[in-house]
Amino acid sequence: MASAQLRLERIGKRFGEVVALDNVSLAVEQGELVTILGPSGSGKTTLLKVVAGFETPDHGSVKVDGTEIAWLPPAKRDIGMVFQHYALFPHLNVRKNVAFPLEMRNTGKSETDRRVTDALELVELAGYDERLPRQLSGGQQQRVALARAIVFSPRLLLLDEPFGALDRKLRETLQLEVRRLQQRLGLTTIFITHDQEEALVLSDRIAVMSKGAIQQIATRAEIYERPVNDFVADFVGESNIFHGVLSAQNTVTLDNGRVLQAKRDAAPGKRLGVLMRPERFLATGDNVFVGDVLEAIYLGASFKLRLRCEHGIELLVRQPARGKLPMVGERLTVGIDADELHLFDL
Amino acid sequence: MSTAHGRGMSRSAGFTPALPALFLLSVVFILPVARFLGFSVEAGNFDWYAQALGKELYLRVLWDTFEIAALVTLFCLLLGYPLGFLIATTTPFWATVGFVFVLLPLWTSVLVRTYAWMVLLGRNGVLNRLLIDAGVVTSPLPLLHNVTGVLIGMVHVLLPYMVLLIYGAVRRLDPAIIQAAQGLGASTWHIFWRIYVPLTMNGIFAGCVIVFVLSLGFFITPALLGGGRVIMIAVLIEQQVRETLNWPFAAALSAVLLAATLLVYALAQRFGREEPAS
Repeated sequence: MASAQLRLERIGKRFGEVVALDNVSLAVEQGELVTILGPSGSGKTTLLKVVAGFETPDHGSVKVDGTEIAWLPPAKRDIGMVFQHYALFPHLNVRKNVAFPLEMRNTGKSETDRRVTDALELVELAGYDERLPRQLSGGQQQRVALARAIVFSPRLLLLDEPFGALDRKLRETLQLEVRRLQQRLGLTTIFITHDQEEALVLSDRIAVMSKGAIQQIATRAEIYERPVNDFVADFVGESNIFHGVLSAQNTVTLDNGRVLQAKRDAAPGKRLGVLMRPERFLATGDNVFVGDVLEAIYLGASFKLRLRCEHGIELLVRQPARGKLPMVGERLTVGIDADELHLFDL
Repeated sequence: MSTAHGRGMSRSAGFTPALPALFLLSVVFILPVARFLGFSVEAGNFDWYAQALGKELYLRVLWDTFEIAALVTLFCLLLGYPLGFLIATTTPFWATVGFVFVLLPLWTSVLVRTYAWMVLLGRNGVLNRLLIDAGVVTSPLPLLHNVTGVLIGMVHVLLPYMVLLIYGAVRRLDPAIIQAAQGLGASTWHIFWRIYVPLTMNGIFAGCVIVFVLSLGFFITPALLGGGRVIMIAVLIEQQVRETLNWPFAAALSAVLLAATLLVYALAQRFGREEPAS
């Protein structure tokens, strides 16, 4: 069965008084990898469970290639899923774990053997057939879980924070492997994470979730460069966020009194959010800030500085680590160009 | 009764904390039992053992005891697995209700429960009268003073042990494993046989061993519900002590029962070690 296209339409789900999903709509195209990014409690796991069939929505529809599946039991959905802690069957060896979904579909013996072998080769675990899950490392278990989720050519692949339990180095390797595999097989994939870096590495598009609703869904660059509200600006990447009003064309007056040059062609009087990414500051620019160093952290490739400037503005600034780390208390001048300021409506 | 698992016993404190209990056990349990078992060889030979293991009559009793214990274990498993499973997987409210019903008999005296069964199962008991009034049967079913009665009574007494052990085993399972199986296309049937049963084998095994071993030495229920017609080994021992005053033979039979029990434990230890960790 070929990979499918997924449409979620106005999904709602409450647990008692708590609204877990508030009319969530989402479209995932064939072969696309969409990451659902959000803090814990944002509803992302509930959304995944609705797609997988472990949770029934109060209302809304889940369509795979145009067919409604919201009321189908999980076993009938043909969706591969990798669980947070892999959920491998502890009493079955690697080969039997991977063969499980095929056996459940009454696939013939030779066909099963062939596909399991292929899947294990795909995740580079050929030769591990007889091992039990507990005899494998975390990364290997993760690969088995992945092989088991794709061996039956599911219509969708769901990944529920599958890298959370792994150390950084291994996580980065596996992220890229998963991405390559997903693209090679053209698998329509939903990936859940609370790690914004992971989301930036893997995704075609990112849906940022908070309070049971999707705040913004867009490409990685779009999410990072042009977030639509405070939450997205703050949750993805490091940020300096201020509120103000468009006082004249291309001029924003912040609530604290500071006037900034920006690029915005709109009627004056409009309330706006202003986002300045820490790494976009240079030695000087259209907007200059003079401030005292409150905190200076050496991070290898960069310096992370916190400055206190006039108007009570505190700025987070990243500088390439060249020369000497500024001292706390030192006076520093930084600048940012007008077109590096991102403005969003409030 | 302990499950004698022997795991996690090696602690740095050694045996010192156990000394008071060991002392008490030796004085009130080990010494009297040893003294009693000693009767069997007081004559200086093993004649009483030869009789216990050589005479067909007594071998028959031993065989019946094992057979009844095996049947009790089987019925406890068949009834206890679904019940323990249900309590482990239902909502908290129904789990509590289930627990109360499982534990209530455990808190009631075996004697009371056994007499209650006599009221229910007798020729003119509640059950037979209901069946006759309903026209299901024309003459009373023989439910008391036979193996059927003994089985019903013993299963009732021992069922909670099985239910609790199965419950524990099912609760220890990671729900994500069940969800994974569902998501991979497994039917309820397959999930039960391919996932639940193998992964709760520990609980099944422990439950069966406990119930079987407890059954081997059962006395009150077979004595009362068997009405002298179902002789299990404990009933036989009691007869030897109270009716024929043959203490040496009673001691020999007791030693045989003890040996049989230890053998079951030894086998359980031997074959119960390999366990899938979840």
